[in-house]
Amino acid sequence: MKTRKERIDRGIKARAQDIFALCSWREMLYLAGPRLLPVVICLLLPLILGVYWQKVLMSVAVFAILAISWDILAQSGMISLGQALFFGTGAYCSGIMNHYWGLSPLLTLPLAAICGGLISTLLLLPVLRLRGVYFSMVTLIIPLMLVRVIEATKIFGGTEGLSGMDPLPSAGFELYLIVIVLLAVLFGFRRLMDSDYGLVLKGISDNDRSVINAGINIYWFKAQALFMAASIAAFAGAFMTHVYMFVGMPVFALDYSILPIAAAVVGGPGTLAGAVVGAFILVPLSEVLRGIGGLRIVFYGIFLVVCIVALPEGIFHYMQRKYHQIERWVEVEK
Amino acid sequence: MSAPLLETIRLSKSFGGVQALNDVSFTLKQGELLGVIGPNGSGKTTLVNLITRFVKPTSGKVLYRRNPIHHLPPHKIVRLGIARTFQMVRPFYQLPAFKNMIIPLYSPRAKALVGGRYGDRDAMALDLLEEVGFERDSFVAYKPAGVLPQGYLKRLELAKAIALQPDLVILDELFSGLSLAEVSSIVPIIEKMRIQGKTIIMIEHRLRELFRIADRVIVMNYGSKISDGPPNTVMEDEAVKCAYLGSETDSGD
Amino acid sequence: MLTGTIIYAIINSAILALIAIGFNLTFGISGVANFAYGAFYVMAAYGAWMLIHMAHLPYPLAVLISISVTTLSGALMYRLVIVRIKGQTLSEVIATFGIGLAVLELFRYFGFVGFEYTLPVFYDKSFIIAGAYVDAQRLLIVAFAVALIIALWLFTHYTHLGLAFRGIAQDERTALTFGMDPDRIASLAVSFGAGLAAIAATVIIPLGSISPEEGYDVLIKALAVCIIGGLGSSGGVIIASVVVGFAERFTDSYIGSHWTMIVSLAALLMVLVIKPSGIFGKQKELEERI
Repeated sequence: MKTRKERIDRGIKARAQDIFALCSWREMLYLAGPRLLPVVICLLLPLILGVYWQKVLMSVAVFAILAISWDILAQSGMISLGQALFFGTGAYCSGIMNHYWGLSPLLTLPLAAICGGLISTLLLLPVLRLRGVYFSMVTLIIPLMLVRVIEATKIFGGTEGLSGMDPLPSAGFELYLIVIVLLAVLFGFRRLMDSDYGLVLKGISDNDRSVINAGINIYWFKAQALFMAASIAAFAGAFMTHVYMFVGMPVFALDYSILPIAAAVVGGPGTLAGAVVGAFILVPLSEVLRGIGGLRIVFYGIFLVVCIVALPEGIFHYMQRKYHQIERWVEVEK
Repeated sequence: MSAPLLETIRLSKSFGGVQALNDVSFTLKQGELLGVIGPNGSGKTTLVNLITRFVKPTSGKVLYRRNPIHHLPPHKIVRLGIARTFQMVRPFYQLPAFKNMIIPLYSPRAKALVGGRYGDRDAMALDLLEEVGFERDSFVAYKPAGVLPQGYLKRLELAKAIALQPDLVILDELFSGLSLAEVSSIVPIIEKMRIQGKTIIMIEHRLRELFRIADRVIVMNYGSKISDGPPNTVMEDEAVKCAYLGSETDSGD
Repeated sequence: MLTGTIIYAIINSAILALIAIGFNLTFGISGVANFAYGAFYVMAAYGAWMLIHMAHLPYPLAVLISISVTTLSGALMYRLVIVRIKGQTLSEVIATFGIGLAVLELFRYFGFVGFEYTLPVFYDKSFIIAGAYVDAQRLLIVAFAVALIIALWLFTHYTHLGLAFRGIAQDERTALTFGMDPDRIASLAVSFGAGLAAIAATVIIPLGSISPEEGYDVLIKALAVCIIGGLGSSGGVIIASVVVGFAERFTDSYIGSHWTMIVSLAALLMVLVIKPSGIFGKQKELEERI
């Protein structure tokens, strides 16, 4: 008797479509549960974690935001190997605004996000017209070059960087700010990518000729996606500047470029939630692995390769599938 | 005397050493249905690519309503009211058929159709698909585009072009790969477009079906235009007979 | 001073050209952007070092083995990893990047950092040319670069495989209709690239020391030169190497060594603004890619 695996949607999934979701508590819970649970956990965690793990949570949130930013770009057909570019630009913008102009952190954070986004977008505008690989290459090199430029010209503090920034009102405020921003970014952009606008972006990634043929200026849309993704990454950078009260060359480090990619790829590219899941896994893991030093990055590298080749769908997709569908073995009909 | 809707003046394109299009000039009047025929490789699709500027002309001009458009980016040309279908249909395979319509409906050109920013594109998509023959009660429009047969895919392409409310529609080998029955069912849709006042250019290999509906035909061979006129006259032309002699003649089905 | 600067500029250009050629070749032929390129470079150097100092093999043999092993690793990487994901840009980029990263950081972890890690020079002597001191190794680099470029030219114009490479680089589809196996060619392209990186490493490393940082540096330089010159165009890479080489060197002599990277960055940005596909770039802009 030959068998094959069959996957069918759970009954409740069909029942909970559209307006019928409001039919019963069970259906509403089915839909709302997976969304509410992480939100509640994220909001409660700061209260129950010790100081050390709070810092880890903050790191998770920052990298999750960077990973979401990467995922947005990837869905729009731009693969960024340099999230550090956006992160660092935002960090320096807010550092400069605070250090030289004395603006308060509550002002510099949003301003640096926008400025950082703008500068990064302008830098990358020319390569949007070319093959995707160019975008990857340029995003890879520019932060690395910027590090050397800063080192050489000693602008903005050079190798010592700028220190003595104003801190944010309190540690609790810091943590909740970044967690809330993360949740807002996650749900907001998920909504955006699921909407018709997001469909256009995904269309550009899949078959740009078709989108041009619809009279849509794909470069304008790509630039928009770039700006949005760069801005949220810049925000993360600006945020960290005020947490550490310091900004220097390390903000352009490869770490900020690689870990978001790893997180998104492991968690599941194409679903912003996957990026967050990936961050939640990888960042604490890297903390635990801190003992082995540089081997961490080796681990990331190998992990990345294995994931992209063997499990392209990612962990989030896998979880989603399990949640929505049941699998069973059925006899093969003759 | 009304001005021609579209004019090409000595349009040429060379790809490296290959002269794909050589000095092609023709005019198109409002409301005409122009056929473009010729053996494979004669430059028909290149001509369309040049008109819609997916490819830059090496020399020559394209005038739309007396205005030059050959330097405009392709999306702007679409916004002026020229829509085209592609010979090789590539929908978004994973998406349901009607979702494939969302992108054309997102175009600025389709905004009026959809009803502004908050219009319902999904509903409009289903309506448009019904117009091209996606039977509503069979839920064909909801199936992923990847499972649809060629006939439906071609209709989807057509619907995507219609969604842009064009004045000039260029159909690149719409009938290819379709059975006689499928072609017969699409022809009324084209007729309806003509009644609505649209001007149509059709590149086709299937001469019998094309000649029934075309007002005028131009014949291409090796990148040059070798004949221009009503279908019957053109087929009597010695040059045209020469071009088709020996090459695969179209058997129609 | 001027002649000295020019001489060193030529040397610098030669170095850049040697570094960039391998990357450019791989991309031009197979379309694979090998982000593990820097890792291959460093791997060859460390490999040779280990063979010399730990296996006590004579220098020529060590170098030969190291270059061969690196070349084979390129093929291995292709067969194990890239072939499964070929064509998906995202996966290719991430995978090669991940591999390069893992390799480089592995070396760093095992402590291969320090001045003792270097390869011997070929000929320990200095010459005076037009009033400037130039050591033999540097002259050798220039000679080597020129020789390599000529050899590659001859290869791609007169050997079967070389012609196949050129064919695929020009028009992949047509080349395939001639019965070439795309996987085999791509695998060869990647190994060639890796091998060229290894050769470059052998000649250039003696100027300094081996370090994982070199891997990133090499990748940046290769990318920058290729972008400026135009990915896939050998002529472009050569011209770009000369342009950047001279620009860097003159900046170093007349303005200050700290400004060299800025000049490179500025050159890159300028190219991106004026002609993003590079000086001789054949990367067609979107509209032309129908």
